[in-house]
Amino acid sequence: MKAVCWCGKGKLRVEEVPEPKILDPQDVIIRVTATTICGSDLHLFGGYVPTLQPGDILGHEMVGQVIEAGDQVKKLSLGQRVVVSSVIACGHCWHCRTEEFSLCDNSNPNAWLQERYHGCVSAGVFGFSHLFGGYAGAQAEYVRVPFAEVGAFAVPEEMSDEQALSCSDIFPTGYMGADNCDLRGGEIVAVWGCGPVGLMAILSAYLLGAERVIAIDNLPERLRLASDVCGATTLNHNDVEVAEALRDLTGGRGPDACIDAVGMEAHGTDVWDDLYDRTQQTLMMQPDRLAVIRQMIRCCRKGGTISLLGVYGGTSDKLPLGIAFVKNLRLRMGNMHGPKYIPRVLEHCRAGRANPAFVYSHRLPLRLAPEGYTMFRNKEDECVKILLQP
Amino acid sequence: MATMTMSRFRSGDRPARHAVDGARRINVGGSERAISVLTGGGMALYGLRRGNLSGLLLAGIGAALTYRGFTGHCDVYQALGMSSVGHKKQTAIPSGQGVKIEESVTILKSPEELFSFWRRLENLPRVMRNLVSVHELDGNRSHWVAWGLAGDVEWDAEIINERPNELIAWRSVDGSEVATAGSVHFQPAPGDRGTEVKVVLSYNPPAGQVGAGIAWLAGRDPHTQIREDLRTFKRLMETGTVPTTEGQSRGTCHL
Repeated sequence: MKAVCWCGKGKLRVEEVPEPKILDPQDVIIRVTATTICGSDLHLFGGYVPTLQPGDILGHEMVGQVIEAGDQVKKLSLGQRVVVSSVIACGHCWHCRTEEFSLCDNSNPNAWLQERYHGCVSAGVFGFSHLFGGYAGAQAEYVRVPFAEVGAFAVPEEMSDEQALSCSDIFPTGYMGADNCDLRGGEIVAVWGCGPVGLMAILSAYLLGAERVIAIDNLPERLRLASDVCGATTLNHNDVEVAEALRDLTGGRGPDACIDAVGMEAHGTDVWDDLYDRTQQTLMMQPDRLAVIRQMIRCCRKGGTISLLGVYGGTSDKLPLGIAFVKNLRLRMGNMHGPKYIPRVLEHCRAGRANPAFVYSHRLPLRLAPEGYTMFRNKEDECVKILLQP
Repeated sequence: MATMTMSRFRSGDRPARHAVDGARRINVGGSERAISVLTGGGMALYGLRRGNLSGLLLAGIGAALTYRGFTGHCDVYQALGMSSVGHKKQTAIPSGQGVKIEESVTILKSPEELFSFWRRLENLPRVMRNLVSVHELDGNRSHWVAWGLAGDVEWDAEIINERPNELIAWRSVDGSEVATAGSVHFQPAPGDRGTEVKVVLSYNPPAGQVGAGIAWLAGRDPHTQIREDLRTFKRLMETGTVPTTEGQSRGTCHL
């Protein structure tokens, strides 16, 4: 079968590799009908995430058809169309039982390795380096899905592949980002980053009761989606001073909740902060650029919530913790708890309350994935998200 | 989650600094001294022949190793309070020698379920990578076979204490090739989180403390081993399987 393999920093190849086999009675094999490139794949592509090995298959978002099932799989049937959670969870440990699926104790076979880096173990993720289990990824014709009864969900017939594909990772991620803000109705939520996850966070904030969402980015095509499709008030950080604009838009209070959908490769607007972070990142002193978090802490209203969705990798300094302390901010973060949120977002789609299919600006055959990565990274041709078809 | 205590780190065993400053006692064993002289000499000669800065550095290290071999005294060992001067092979584990490991894990299963798995000692090779087999001989005695660096290692062990659903303690019988003692404790975890399982293991590593040190450098120390074994135990008990990626597809990146 064909699969997108990482062959070193900035190097990808579509290779012919062996088809996956059932390795455990709780596995299924799916024939992928749609997969996609995630913003976090760009971190892997660019070599910002350690422990990736040449030959690793990338990708963690997928919709497909079950073509083979292990002996212990009862809830899924052959031929069924499923969407699969990017985060792999065992469903049995204490964290899974309390719906903290991305903190699963058991699904990462390389627990020892991750313990060395992070001092703890989190769930495995498809195609996301050996730190997160070294599982073969979804940018392939076939994928083995471990603990399939926990992570694979039947797709309602009326839903398109595009809609379902968004429920694999970006929609539940955005949804968790908004859910972490504990919205009660009437809030103003600011979302930094109008990439696919940011756009899903805007939709989700409205679904969960936000009165108004303010979206921040500097790419006109993304801001257009945020305002026209998702209904957000938009700020282009190239044109306005974000902190001032947010104060103006919130009667001087600041947003009730701030969602970061940017992550470790943030572009700062403060020249010195940005230079400082970039220098450290280049010297491998810290993997993250923190411009967005700093701005969120400064802008958030007193007692508000900071919710991080963008991926961060290491330890960082120059975090304005003093301000966060004085403002009694709540910080929420982490990978999304797929199996907790996927049924909810599927139901929102099925009931017509959300249609996430609009994020796919491009469609490419799997064999053109390397070109897709470059296009997505450079935001060429107003690229927002690319659907890959094996 | 983990605590590891090697007896050589116990403060009582460590020579006080002022006491040993004058007396540079021999703390390197016979064969190790010979190896030290030979490698050190070789490194020094090679380094001098290279004649550049890194060669000089190599020669310096070689000279230090040679000196260490001749005098039988090692400052590093001294700082760590350890010694490789041979002790006789014994079946018991004298105080101040051997390795003691403690490791804990919380498993979302009842003490009863975990105890009954463990008490069937024949189950243990399923979770302990180092074990080849365990055979129960009679109620208390069992025969253990483990992978060793130079072929299998075998010993007989006996259960010396057992409280159902709480504790199992064992030790190798007198005259065994391996001197080992251990116990496993099962205690309900607060807040319906299952059971806290603690393993305490002490044994004399085959090459003494130096062997333990080298194994630690190579990442094969018994502490890591037990930690991974307990993780496997947890995974098997909670999920009925041990997650793996062995045998999955991957690319080659060959041109």
